[in-house]
Amino acid sequence: MRNTFIETLIKKAEIDLSIILIVGDLGYNVIEPFQSKFPDRFINAGVCEQNMASMAAGLASEGFKVFIYSIANFPTFRCAEQIRNDICYHNLDVTIVTVGGGLAYGNLGYSHHAIQDYGLIRLFPEITILSPGDPNEVNFCMDFIFNDKYPKYLRLRKAGENNFNQNKELKAPGFWNNITKSKSKKIFLSTGYGLKLANDLIEKNQIYNDFGIYSCPIWGAKYSHLQEKIANRFDEIITIEDHLLHGGFGSWILETVKEKEPTLEISNGFIDSSIIGRVGSESYLLEYFKIK
Amino acid sequence: MTNKEFAKKIRVETLKMIYDSGSSHIGSAFSYIDILAVLYNKILKVDPKNTQDPIRDRFILSKGHACSSLYATLAIKGFFPINDLVSYGKNGSNLMNHVSHKVQGVEFSTGSLGHGLPFAVGKAKALKLKETKSKIFVLIGDGELAEGSNFEAMLFASHHKLDNLILIIDNNNLQSLTTVKETLNIYPIDKKFEAFGWDFSNVDGHDFNALHEVFGNFISTLNGKPKVIIAKTIKGKGISFMENSVDWHYKSPNKKQLEEGLNQIENA
Repeated sequence: MRNTFIETLIKKAEIDLSIILIVGDLGYNVIEPFQSKFPDRFINAGVCEQNMASMAAGLASEGFKVFIYSIANFPTFRCAEQIRNDICYHNLDVTIVTVGGGLAYGNLGYSHHAIQDYGLIRLFPEITILSPGDPNEVNFCMDFIFNDKYPKYLRLRKAGENNFNQNKELKAPGFWNNITKSKSKKIFLSTGYGLKLANDLIEKNQIYNDFGIYSCPIWGAKYSHLQEKIANRFDEIITIEDHLLHGGFGSWILETVKEKEPTLEISNGFIDSSIIGRVGSESYLLEYFKIK
Repeated sequence: MTNKEFAKKIRVETLKMIYDSGSSHIGSAFSYIDILAVLYNKILKVDPKNTQDPIRDRFILSKGHACSSLYATLAIKGFFPINDLVSYGKNGSNLMNHVSHKVQGVEFSTGSLGHGLPFAVGKAKALKLKETKSKIFVLIGDGELAEGSNFEAMLFASHHKLDNLILIIDNNNLQSLTTVKETLNIYPIDKKFEAFGWDFSNVDGHDFNALHEVFGNFISTLNGKPKVIIAKTIKGKGISFMENSVDWHYKSPNKKQLEEGLNQIENA
């Protein structure tokens, strides 16, 4: 995902001279091609996320299209007020790009487990959340980013992910993409790495054999009004995400689907909060994934 | 209009706004009025009829709670009708009690401290990239300087040689409860900035000529260093019973105090 992001960004930056990439002293072996190609439009802000976020707002206020890049908890929780007051309140074209979404940096410990970031970011009505589940979805998300002038949050995992979404295009933001071409009324609804988890669940559990998979990689408060009507087309929805339940994608679906058809059941697949303080590989930590 | 006449007008309008709305922060608003007068009278290249002119200078008020005097300044300069000032702090008004970008001539909303300088640094970097000669001015409080985000921005500004950035510190030496020194001693301010690679100047923030001179010097000095003016000011300057008193961070004048204040301003 990281590589798809940087390759797409470089391609676009060749024609869009307003694009600036700011990194928070991170991105080794990822951002170098951008840096060498566009040295004037690459900034290493250093280890100071508050300044990075406000400075990005300042640059965007002068017409630049700004990307700030770091590991998930740093350009979010560390500078939440800068995101709120400087980027969002002024509705500026800043994309917060994070890597290591979910438990991708499992061995690095709690500081690096991004399992609450959706909760923070979806508080801001101005932000569109982009949480692609594979490199193809990264490409689709980048198309959206290049055409949008408002605050955005792009949550990436790491590198080497398989492609699951083979569709030729993405549905409009907030709509769900049928990944398995299934006509089943029982579905997994994923965002981000949940797309792989949903595939794994079907592969490993016979009880889910008749489940289809849908992904919703572009979401957030701007698209809440769409969810109820879409959800009511189904009989059973299990949301899947690599995030805590509270404040996450599944909670968003529960909040937005207020008038549920009697035939519809919604449950949630999420990372249990008992994971806090645990360390290990991503696959080990995913044993804390549960469906309720 | 002389700087002194301009400052007097700003004080009159600001006092009336604070009285009408029953709002706080008059001490903070008064301490930098003489700086506003010099900036908007002689220094800033801004056009009230073309607030988005790409080659304008940008002024950012980081101590957003002191916005009443900035609104008064902008109204006197013609950015919006002076009659609009009566809506300050009232229901539905754009003139909210912390500075708002919804007001003509205001570049950036603040209210939480420590945001103005980092944002200004981004603007200064942007103007460098665009090879625009305009300047970025940002005014912060002395108590506000304790916010860590300022120090991040100070590092960035000197590392990136942002000599188009002029920071003014409203050094009235009083913050929310007591003096700066008793709260969290930030002194010496000038040596800190020097160590961060900035040019600095200590100046009397109520001396029009001194302010004019230092602004002129800093505007014309393109030496790769950001600039800071440490302006020694008096909180509540211009109304004797408000001067140097923490109380007037909070209190709003009553009718008698309004009249006494207006009288003192007129006769200064």
